[in-house]
Amino acid sequence: MLTVEGLNAWYGEAQVLRDVDLAVAEGEIVTLVGRNGAGKTTLLRCVMGLHERCTGRIGLRGDTAFGTRPAHRRARLGVGYVPDDRGIYATLSVEENLLLPPVVGPDPWSLPRVYETFPVLRERRRFAGTQLSGGEQQMLALARVLRSGARLLLCDEPTEGLSPLLVEQIGEILREIKAAGVTVLLIEQNLHFATTVADRHHLLAEGRIVESLDNGAVRAREHELLAYLGI
Amino acid sequence: MIRLFLRHTEPAGRRPLRYLLLAAGLLLALALPWLIYPPVAMDIASWALFAAALDLLLGYTGLLSFGHAAFWGTSAYAAGLIAIHSGLPFPVAVLGGALLAAALAVPIGYLCVRNSGIYFAMVTLAFAQMIYFVANQWRSLTGGENGLQGIPRELLGLDLSDPFVFYYAGLPIVLLGLWGLWRIVHSPFGHVLVAIRDNPARARAIGYPVERYKLLAFVLSAALSGLAGGLFAISHGFASLQEVNWTTSGKAVMMVVLGGIGSLWGSTLGAALVVQLEDYLSTAGFDGIGIVTGTVFVLVVLLFRQGLWGAGRQLGAAAGRARRRRPKPPAATEAAPVPTPTTREEAAWTPSPRG
Repeated sequence: MLTVEGLNAWYGEAQVLRDVDLAVAEGEIVTLVGRNGAGKTTLLRCVMGLHERCTGRIGLRGDTAFGTRPAHRRARLGVGYVPDDRGIYATLSVEENLLLPPVVGPDPWSLPRVYETFPVLRERRRFAGTQLSGGEQQMLALARVLRSGARLLLCDEPTEGLSPLLVEQIGEILREIKAAGVTVLLIEQNLHFATTVADRHHLLAEGRIVESLDNGAVRAREHELLAYLGI
Repeated sequence: MIRLFLRHTEPAGRRPLRYLLLAAGLLLALALPWLIYPPVAMDIASWALFAAALDLLLGYTGLLSFGHAAFWGTSAYAAGLIAIHSGLPFPVAVLGGALLAAALAVPIGYLCVRNSGIYFAMVTLAFAQMIYFVANQWRSLTGGENGLQGIPRELLGLDLSDPFVFYYAGLPIVLLGLWGLWRIVHSPFGHVLVAIRDNPARARAIGYPVERYKLLAFVLSAALSGLAGGLFAISHGFASLQEVNWTTSGKAVMMVVLGGIGSLWGSTLGAALVVQLEDYLSTAGFDGIGIVTGTVFVLVVLLFRQGLWGAGRQLGAAAGRARRRRPKPPAATEAAPVPTPTTREEAAWTPSPRG
């Protein structure tokens, strides 16, 4: 689905990604784990075409020139991005937010299907985007990607700042997204949560992928990894 | 390619009030030449459309154009020339002017939309000054400093030189233009513009080519400014260099900010106030018009950041809240608008049967 080879990225003089190689297969959920500043968000922004200072090859479903296309073209090729601030438009209502992105995939969710899955969004469809709580905003952001029919979801810490109960619900949603055949590249600090939703994990440190682990390895080394992440 | 969807999406809000407001506005527009000096009424109508068209860029797309006189003025000259030389009915001349303004906006917009903020304002100003220079030099066409005189006002043999009569001939064009703008800002295309205004990178990331949308907004805004400018010139029977001067661009910006950015009602209100105030001061024989309008402008910007319309809306909303808060003795708890966050979030998501 997604292949990243030799990705380097800079902020001014500072190099934040060094020779990152990454492959995500169709239908997988893969997480990026790492401390703040490890380059996780930059990696997603490079894939989306939002970070200008980067070099390397990014391919999507055999399209090797994917990494050279402008951001709006990448989105149209079926990539949905949920940034860490959730990307909800304050001046648009919930429903307008849902309808804003163009349809980019073969199987977009209809509005009724979105509302059936997220009843709270139906209740609040006339509310301004930012009148929602953090959890509701996260649901709106995920629902918006599903409505657009994107086949690859790039998701930046969806559980950040949410109560355990809501984290559980986000997990349910991600599993449902996976069941719908959507591939997910997820940034996650919550290791326990990551093992409940994802297939594989990449540990990022100082701009490099230092380890790639499966769920079993993460569970076995949870204490060591937690200590490393400083959580 | 941009597909310009004009499927209407219902604006959220109090609908009955909206329709009441619309009816009152229409009634006022129809009664205007009875209430004030008819030529001033026509000026208000033209400027209202101009300000609203500028607001499509300033308020809805977040681009401050400081050169919209180029489109208003180009269309003023073009509509005048068409009316003088072809004898076509005046709406055709106005439409011709608007189309020329739109055509002019394509290359100008193409070069401008890559910039934003102050750079966008400066580049648009520079282009407008170029148009001013051309209009000033091309005397054989524009009359130079004498202006383009003797523009006829007629429609299918009907003489419309009476300003009172002309107002009713010109008003439908203005209303059509305003209606078009209203449809644009409430369409999905309008929502994309708002999305671009609020966060261009985010709009790009969900799949919209930001520059192309800005360009289309720019051209639409120029076309409607042209519609207003052409109508203005024909209503005066005269097009002068004033029409392409930077002060005209500035005046339109002032109207939008005064009335309230991001509201078509606000732009219309701002235009009415500025035109009426200038007319009042000049008939009173007062020389320093700029001092008064400037002072009013500064006061409004300092006191009402969202313009007069925004201030009025806030006042209305506050009054509404106060009314709702007034004790309704037995059912006081019923008014509690939303449950507490926790219960609300707990109910926020249930797995769908599709799983």
